Amino acid sequence: MKRLQYERPLIQRVNTGILNKFGTRTEFTPFTHIDDVSVKDLLQQYGSPLFVISEKGIREKYHEAVRAFTNRYPKVQFAWSYKTNYINAVCNIFHQEGSWAEVVSGFEYNKALQNGVPGEKIIFNGPDKTDEDIRSAIANKSPLHIDHLDELYRITELAEEAGVKPEVAIRINMDTGIYPMWDRFGFNYENGQAWDAINKIILANKLELVGLHCHIGTFMLSPSAYAVAAGKMADLALGIRNKFKKNIKYLDMGGGFASRNTLKGSYLQGADTSPSFDQFAEAICTALLNAGFLQDELPLLILETGRALVDEAGYLLGSVISNKRLADGRRATILDFGVNVLFTAFWYDHKISPAQEFSHYTEDSVLYGPLCMNIDVVRENCTLPPLRKGDHVVVHTVGAYNMTQWMQFISLRPAVVLIDKDRNAHLIRNRETLNSIEVEEVMPSYLKDFKL
Amino acid sequence: MNIRNNIALSDSGFLFDPSTGDSFSVNPIGMEIIRMIKGGKTDPEIRQYLLSTYQTDEATIEKDYYDFLKMVEQFHLIEKTDGKEKD
Ligand SMILES: Cc1ncc(COP(=O)(O)O)c(C=O)c1O
Repeated sequence: MKRLQYERPLIQRVNTGILNKFGTRTEFTPFTHIDDVSVKDLLQQYGSPLFVISEKGIREKYHEAVRAFTNRYPKVQFAWSYKTNYINAVCNIFHQEGSWAEVVSGFEYNKALQNGVPGEKIIFNGPDKTDEDIRSAIANKSPLHIDHLDELYRITELAEEAGVKPEVAIRINMDTGIYPMWDRFGFNYENGQAWDAINKIILANKLELVGLHCHIGTFMLSPSAYAVAAGKMADLALGIRNKFKKNIKYLDMGGGFASRNTLKGSYLQGADTSPSFDQFAEAICTALLNAGFLQDELPLLILETGRALVDEAGYLLGSVISNKRLADGRRATILDFGVNVLFTAFWYDHKISPAQEFSHYTEDSVLYGPLCMNIDVVRENCTLPPLRKGDHVVVHTVGAYNMTQWMQFISLRPAVVLIDKDRNAHLIRNRETLNSIEVEEVMPSYLKDFKL
Repeated sequence: MNIRNNIALSDSGFLFDPSTGDSFSVNPIGMEIIRMIKGGKTDPEIRQYLLSTYQTDEATIEKDYYDFLKMVEQFHLIEKTDGKEKD
């Protein structure tokens, strides 16, 4: 007799009456292919867990963003925020599309240079630029975005030493009605610090103030905050024109647009609540166009959008290690990736799908990673079909900040594969090996041997 | 042990507990198990049936079957007969 397909017996209380927070999820729809490439084949070939990036996904998002802004404003430039995902193949997709680079450390700066980005198209942000970084940026004519007065003075000294007048911008922080207000970076608009820095730079005449920069927060859900920010930036630029007869070349509005993830604790799904590029563009461009610039004086609008461009193009594939029942009766599923690999599990309730067909029966489960620590929770509550050991899952919208903030802890970091527009898979980062980690270690000779 | 007498089973995979108003959704294999328990089948009989009917192994059946019973018990759908359980 042919035996039937087995499914674990399931019983689940039905909550009628109250709206189930997880009721509208479609997570249990199997997700078997990424851009027509089989998840199963990818895992077989490259091992589990595995990050997969859709090139098509990146390019389409990028076009959508560019279109939203260029339809409304004549001069727009994107600069790829390296910290969001600095795997070189990913950076180069953005550079092929015309994006400059935005970096916040010497490490990222050198990465951009090595990728071939011309110096004058690498925006150097961040509070921690070493003398070496500043010298290198001056030599390569990269715009330095000044974060604090100590940096302003140091850049001035190093510029004099080099005998040049480098192009700089200052970072502005401001009240945009958003809490918490990001006031630790840059110079404050409301209390006059920003004007103080502007006066110092222009009157000293050692640095060329070409731009103003802000980055008002991250995962911002409010386009109106950008309207406020753009209005204040324009106000400073027009003030500089009126006071010093000097046109500011660009206004850099930073990043921060929310991706379509779901913030932890949010009742609404990110895909339903995150504003579109059109909404952000409308807020920013309208504020700039109405600010009072003459037509030919309109500054270049720079955007350092990170997560909203790359998050949805990234997937994490993994496997079920085991199923457990917790003492309180909840089901727990242990996966072969945890918060070490999926850092953004701290922020988001990531959408997770099974990668194979199931019946329509589901159960609520806690999803744990394999680390030996209590904080290793991938999802506190997730409705999934009865997964078996060895079954595969797909985590969605993981392209931003995971492949840069992942931790080498207990286990090695997984490989990253890019699927190109013709559906070919390319390995763009190898799975780490013991050697990748130990290559940086040094063993004092007296510790080389031991007897047990 | 047995499933409480007043628990109603539907053909479409639902259990209803009239004493609390709770309903439960059960997948087909779970429903088979409930019906067998109600029909007075013993644990070894049920496990043997599952093993010969489905593509799986003894260890999996053992683990999943007892896990399922635990849940049924936790939902208070079981009555224990005279303190002595049939095993
Ligand atoms: C200066 C700057 N620009 C751009 C970004 C990218 O932000 P997001 O990924 O939220 O768009 C960041 C991120 O923190 C940043 O600090």
